[in-house]
Amino acid sequence: MKTKYAPLMAALTAAALFTGTACSNSGSSSEQTTDPNEKVSLTYWTWAPNMDKVAAAWNAKNPNIQVTVNKQDGGDPAVTKLLTAIKAGSGAPDIMQAEYQKIPTLVSADALADIAADAGSLKDKFPAGAWNGVTLGSDAVYGVPQDSGPLMFFYRADVFEKNGLSAPKTWDEYATAAEKIHKANPKQYLGTFSATDAGLFTGLAQQAGASWWGVQGDAWSVAIDEPNTQKVAAYWGGLVEKGVIDNKPMYTPEWNAALNDGTQVGWVSAVWAPGVLEGSAKDTKGKWKAAAMPQWDAAAPATGAWGGSATSVTTQSKHKKQAAQFVSWLNSDPEAVKLLATEASVYPASNDAASVLTSPPAFFADQADYYAIAAEASKQMKPFTYGPNVNVAYSAFNDAFGKAAESKKASAFTESLTTMQKTTVDDLKNAGFNVAG
Amino acid sequence: MTPSASTTARRPVGRRAGTPYAFLAPAMILFVAFLAAPIVYAAYLSLRKVKVSGLGLGAKSRTEIWAGLDNYARSLTDPDFLPSVGRIGLYGLIVVPTMLGLALLFALLLDANRTRESVGKFARISIFLPYAVPAVVGSLLWGFLYLPRVSPITDLFEAVGITAPELLSRDLTLWAVANIAVWGGTGFNMIVIYTALRAVPLSLYESARIDGASEVAIAWRIKIPIVTPSLIMTFVFSLIATLQVFAEPMTLRPLANTISTTWTPLMKVYRDAFTRNDLYAAAATSVIIALATFILSFGFLKLVGRRAFNQED
Repeated sequence: MKTKYAPLMAALTAAALFTGTACSNSGSSSEQTTDPNEKVSLTYWTWAPNMDKVAAAWNAKNPNIQVTVNKQDGGDPAVTKLLTAIKAGSGAPDIMQAEYQKIPTLVSADALADIAADAGSLKDKFPAGAWNGVTLGSDAVYGVPQDSGPLMFFYRADVFEKNGLSAPKTWDEYATAAEKIHKANPKQYLGTFSATDAGLFTGLAQQAGASWWGVQGDAWSVAIDEPNTQKVAAYWGGLVEKGVIDNKPMYTPEWNAALNDGTQVGWVSAVWAPGVLEGSAKDTKGKWKAAAMPQWDAAAPATGAWGGSATSVTTQSKHKKQAAQFVSWLNSDPEAVKLLATEASVYPASNDAASVLTSPPAFFADQADYYAIAAEASKQMKPFTYGPNVNVAYSAFNDAFGKAAESKKASAFTESLTTMQKTTVDDLKNAGFNVAG
Repeated sequence: MTPSASTTARRPVGRRAGTPYAFLAPAMILFVAFLAAPIVYAAYLSLRKVKVSGLGLGAKSRTEIWAGLDNYARSLTDPDFLPSVGRIGLYGLIVVPTMLGLALLFALLLDANRTRESVGKFARISIFLPYAVPAVVGSLLWGFLYLPRVSPITDLFEAVGITAPELLSRDLTLWAVANIAVWGGTGFNMIVIYTALRAVPLSLYESARIDGASEVAIAWRIKIPIVTPSLIMTFVFSLIATLQVFAEPMTLRPLANTISTTWTPLMKVYRDAFTRNDLYAAAATSVIIALATFILSFGFLKLVGRRAFNQED
């Protein structure tokens, strides 16, 4: 019998593969039996450093659920690999680190499993903004928040002192400081507008009160070209046009050199900045200070996020329950949260983060209140909804703002938002999403 | 060959009729598995698209449907596509003549010096070496040289009191990328042309000299016509490489504002496939690029056909 049907089976399999209906997952997995003594091994894709050491602590206590960490290059390549594996029907890990802005994309590709049954009770352990990032405002739970990246402002205290400045409390003060510093030394800039870092610009728009995507009934709405974001774009475009801040991308050898030789004397960044500065600006150790973000309205302090990710279970996992157990432990157990902070060098999303982070990061050793500032910033995070085509919006940002930054014209910055809005909406419509408005 | 009676007797016809196919099989299997099948699959994908329903969240909200020529229409009307084609056109106009001109010049110079073997060998290897450097590594090296603050070139300019040009600015980026291609490709083309020159019998030159021809005249009247087939071949290779330029601008992109995600047609394919997760549009653009490559290379070969392959005529 077996051999008789073999060719037919092969043909059917080939046909299934060919027509791309490789949605093998959901059906079979829900029937999985959960024998408590069953030994399972899980794979975990992450790019946070030393995550294998964190997993080792779990493995030591859970001999039946062994987690193997598979180090990834970073957020984007990992997502590309995961989406390819989902499309192919096999090859995805059980557990996956997923940046908040990628979660709608991954959910839309049916890559992330709903673990509400196993992790839904963790809601109160996380700030509302982070939790919203993993539920997308629904009853489903597509992961547990792992780390967050509240925006903060970093500056060279020595340069500020020399120019008689203190840390800017508002964006107006930031602009004044930028002008003063650049006038005093034409080689020095308080910052740069980087067209390669869409994530930072998104965070700045978030701080100003924008939320680029939204759900209205059963349709997506897109609001990129809107007053709050326009205000942010016009502000940075104005600074670039005046020439008081630089227009070159961040994360280039040149930018590293500029941080290290004191020509870039400030950085609007996020809580994880010390790790970057330690690598790029090692000669300036001890000269930097961290501060809360400059504000649009000092009376109503707000901040946005740059980076941050959740840990999710993939739809291809054969052991979703066990995977969800590990994911819950990793991000909410006090011991694990401490390991995340100390070994993996992330700023845990958990409300317990403040209690495990007592001493400041090495690069800011003199600043005892470092994590107090970060905790305050976490609380002031504005809500922001990501949509299913963040990548499209981000690559439109790269192209449009790259041209704008090169042209050094404030008007080009605000026009770029129109391009981003159009590209993003067109893409959604073309794919068949319901789009409101 | 006329087989003798004894050999035919020892080789019964029919029993081993499959033998040639057995020998062909590995090549055919590899060809089908790794070339023909992916091409057919890409062509198939280019006629499909994914339709999302509603919010597109959760399972079963995506279905793959027949798209007809939709993807092709979208590719060709994409506002970024034609500029990227124009850009590589200009890029080709810079790279191909410069690279082949230099390669021919170097090959002729090396050949003129046949007696001094050791010098020739050293020069040959040093010109060829950049070809052995992977494009990504070469682009990173050049990227460092292009960035004013980390580049020794800037230091040199400043030492003599001139403001260094910004090589990754709007006007110069194309030249900066072309420079990497010329640097990386000249060596290979030089070796191809040089090898063709070495095949020319020395007696030909001797008789030319006896007739009173100068070295320049020998190069112009004898050597270049003889290596024309090689020049045509290197030209076709360069044409294909131009249509497929990808690694250099992709590596330089994060360093500059001036290189967009769709700077060349292949970068658009990459963006569609891996940033936008739209394999179908990427497949359509790939098919267009493949067809263009096919038409251009074979069109050119047809144009010069007789000269390329029948040099004795």
